Amino acid sequence: MDPRSPEQNGQRDIENWAAKVDRLHVADDLRTYGYNIEGRRIAGPMNGFGRLWQRTYTADIGTAATPERVVADWRAHFGDYWPRMGRFHGTISAINPGDVAPLTAVGVTTGIMVLYADDTSFTFLTPEGHMFAALITFSCESSTSGGTIEQIRMLLRSSDPIFEALWPLTRRGEDIFWPRTLKNLAAAHGVHNVTVQEHTECIDRRRLWKNWSNVRYNAGLRTIGHTFTVPFRPHTGKSAN
Amino acid sequence: MPAHEATMAVLPLAPGAAAIAITGDVTAACEQELMLAHEQATDSGAKLIVLDFAGMEYMNSGGIGMLITLLIRCQRRHQKLVASGLTEHYRQIFELTRLDEAISLHDDMDQALAAL
Repeated sequence: MDPRSPEQNGQRDIENWAAKVDRLHVADDLRTYGYNIEGRRIAGPMNGFGRLWQRTYTADIGTAATPERVVADWRAHFGDYWPRMGRFHGTISAINPGDVAPLTAVGVTTGIMVLYADDTSFTFLTPEGHMFAALITFSCESSTSGGTIEQIRMLLRSSDPIFEALWPLTRRGEDIFWPRTLKNLAAAHGVHNVTVQEHTECIDRRRLWKNWSNVRYNAGLRTIGHTFTVPFRPHTGKSAN
Repeated sequence: MPAHEATMAVLPLAPGAAAIAITGDVTAACEQELMLAHEQATDSGAKLIVLDFAGMEYMNSGGIGMLITLLIRCQRRHQKLVASGLTEHYRQIFELTRLDEAISLHDDMDQALAAL
């Protein structure tokens, strides 16, 4: 028997973390969009192919709302703050640890799993086949001046050689997508014309060639395949591309 | 919830091996301390670095990101990074995030030293 107290035993945060799963499963009502997630494994930054980047976007929204309030709102309406180039197919309830949600970004259907969530942050991991093998944390913290800073921080590698070749484009896409998300979130709390700071650092220049075969799960190729085979599949009443 | 400041103590284990004993709360805020501890272990000539989590009280997802960064540093220096003393809860998080594929998990320090 472990003699340590529950707190020492890691129980203090147990409800903040997703339970362990070997394969991802999509809820029945999201199956239409979950074809690139169902049965896949998680792919963290060590399971990707390309160079490892740490990217951070921050926006200072002043004293408009506390970090807890902004994060509660962000968790409850996550997809609503996305720009129109992306669509989050999550449920209407708040983001919770263990949730698996499909998404479509720039025409590619993939998804995320919620690894961790607390009052001031939540973190996603990506499945095999996603454009990035990534750990993405959305958070808010108090600034030294007493204001609130929204932040998106990601550790990511392109998943496979195809996505790595597309990195200059996907990077540019990220630089449009996430600042707009932070601006939309700020606007929801009455702060307009917020400035978003971006910082990118290459953590590892190596490409992990042992993971080149991730290409078999490439969500871009599979989305194209899925789209072209729609006429030959039984009609489900809903388009998923 | 109250934050318990993390401490990172470097302990020599054997020739070529050092432990970083982690206590308190592990979050992204303690990245500098962990990297300093790693530098100290590297300066002592360690090729095996054991992260001893027996005294850790709490870790958030920022802590996981920090461990990935440390792992890359170790790989660059041809060091092996292993972990010991994780509770079942955190062991499952390492497995869920597939960090256990890159950082082998051991029940205690003796077992970790066998990796040398």
